Formats: sequence, structure tokens, C-alpha cells
Amino acid sequence: MAEAVIPLSEAVNGSTLRISGIEVQGVLRRRLLDLGFVVGNSVEVLRRSPLGDPTAFRVSNTTIALRREESSLIYGQLIGGGEG
Amino acid sequence: MSQYTVAFAGNPNTGKSTLFNLLTGMRQHTGNWAGKTVVTAEGGFSHKNHTYLAVDLPGTYSLYSNSADEEAARDYIIFEQPDVTLVVLDATSLERNLNLALQVLEITGRAVVCINLIDEARRLGIDINLKRISKRLGVPVTAISARNKIGIEALLDQIERVATGAFKAEPLKITYSTDIEQGIAELIPMVEQTIGSRYPARWIALRLLDGDHSLLTSLKARMSRKDIPVSEEVVGHGITACH
Repeated sequence: MAEAVIPLSEAVNGSTLRISGIEVQGVLRRRLLDLGFVVGNSVEVLRRSPLGDPTAFRVSNTTIALRREESSLIYGQLIGGGEG
Repeated sequence: MSQYTVAFAGNPNTGKSTLFNLLTGMRQHTGNWAGKTVVTAEGGFSHKNHTYLAVDLPGTYSLYSNSADEEAARDYIIFEQPDVTLVVLDATSLERNLNLALQVLEITGRAVVCINLIDEARRLGIDINLKRISKRLGVPVTAISARNKIGIEALLDQIERVATGAFKAEPLKITYSTDIEQGIAELIPMVEQTIGSRYPARWIALRLLDGDHSLLTSLKARMSRKDIPVSEEVVGHGITACH
């Protein structure tokens, strides 16, 4: 079954996604690529801060927090974990 | 007996400065780049018959994201053209660290890749095939532990081979999509005509295609200074220079 593509911001804690697209533009896009948010790489959703934003993600063996502004523009397919 | 310049590049927290301190000991001072609030350390070391001026570049994940640190590291490698660029990687997160190594190799083949924290990686059960990485990258790759002083002599031997030209690097050349390659091919003659062959034309063409304004600014600043002879600062061991 082919999993639907969802933005990282919609993925539940504990789920793992394979990145399929990054819509963020400009300098921030470059930064995200450098940190490991590249198409094909997997990202785990670790936890959300008390107010729901930002969210901590695990990518390339490093924990990185992203705001909804960015995480809603990074898309991936669910490949494991989470109850969703 | 000659002196070579070695620039130390690497992600933050890879033990780059630990290695730098180990090699240079107390023979170092803090340097500062003109017009930038980036502080770096310089020092010296010797190995066999050669002496080396070591420059500790700011720790960065990339040379492209346009923070002051990254611009400083990029400008140093491009414009100062060190005899050897030593790329220090963290053995426990090679995937992310290799990003910077690739960026450096696109600029220069005069590089040595140094995989640090190898003891830590082994403890985590990570096995690294140095020969294969070296073959893929086309430059020497060695594993060390700066903290436990493992592999340092072998690393210095590799630095020497690249510095003296004994090692003929064939750095990995990334082939991009047809559109990008076509753009590069069109730009290279113009780049060479404008700035000569001193700087890597293919790399600059790529940056232009990427719309890297920060590099253009640095290039323009360099070119307007061209009539002034490039003053090579001679830094001796243990001399504190304020500039």
C-alpha cells in the first residue's frame, strides 16, 4: 500500500517519514539540506514543545527543532512508528 | 625545507580544535579576518622535514548557508588557497559530515579527509571502510582519535603527501543534470575571462547558477583590491599578532 505524502508538521510523535520534497526556499532551504533534510533521508518525529511548536526531529543522527513554518513545507511518506 | 599552509575545516563538535591544539600545542595565536567578526586560531607544527602553518577555520556544516562563519571558511579556502585543506569529520555521523567534505572537494583536490572520533565509532559498532571512501573521494582518508592520540603520525604523512604534491588527487567530480551542466559549460569561459584561472571556474559557475550573492560580493571585493599586491602575512611560531 502506497503511503500518502504528508507535511512533517502533520506527523505524530514517534513516527518516521521518508522525505519526498522540500518546498522551503532561499537560505533556509540550503540550511535544511545541510542539516540532512534531503529527499530520500528518513526523519523521526521526536516530540513537540508544550505549546505544540516547535517540534524536535531526528535526522542524520542529530536532533533538530523546526517551527511549523518550515516543517509544514517539508513532505514525506510515513514509513514507520506512531499510531497514525 | 619549506612551509606549507594547512586549513582545518569541519562541522562543529568534530574535535577539529582538539586536533588543532594537539598539533600546534602552545604555538598558536588568535587571528581575525578583516571586516569579519570571525575569530580563528593560527599555529604551527612540524613533521619530518617540513613546517606547517595551521589555520583553524570556524566549525561549519556547509560553505553555502551564508552565515559569517561559513563565508569566512569559504573565502579562506577559495582566496587564500591553502596548500592542504584538512576536512575533519565525526566518525559517528559521517553521513551529515560528508556534506562539507564534498563541498570542499568541489573547490580543491588539495585536501585530506580526517575521520576523527574513530574509537568512539568503534565502540558504537560502526565500521568504516577507509579505503573505499578514499577511492570514492579521490583524496587521502585517514582515521584518528585526537583525544587519545591515535593515528596522528599517519595523518601527518598524508598531509605531507598532499602538501608536497607527492599525492596526485583525483577529487570526486559530481556530474549534475543536463540543464545544470549546460549552464556550467556556458558560464566557465565567461568566468575564466573575468577572473582568470586562479580560482576554480567550474565551482564559481555552479555558485553563480545557485544565485550565491554572498560569493559574488566576496569576489568583487577581491577584484577591486587586485591592484594592491596581496600582502602575505608572515606569521612565525609563537608570535602574537594583532590585526
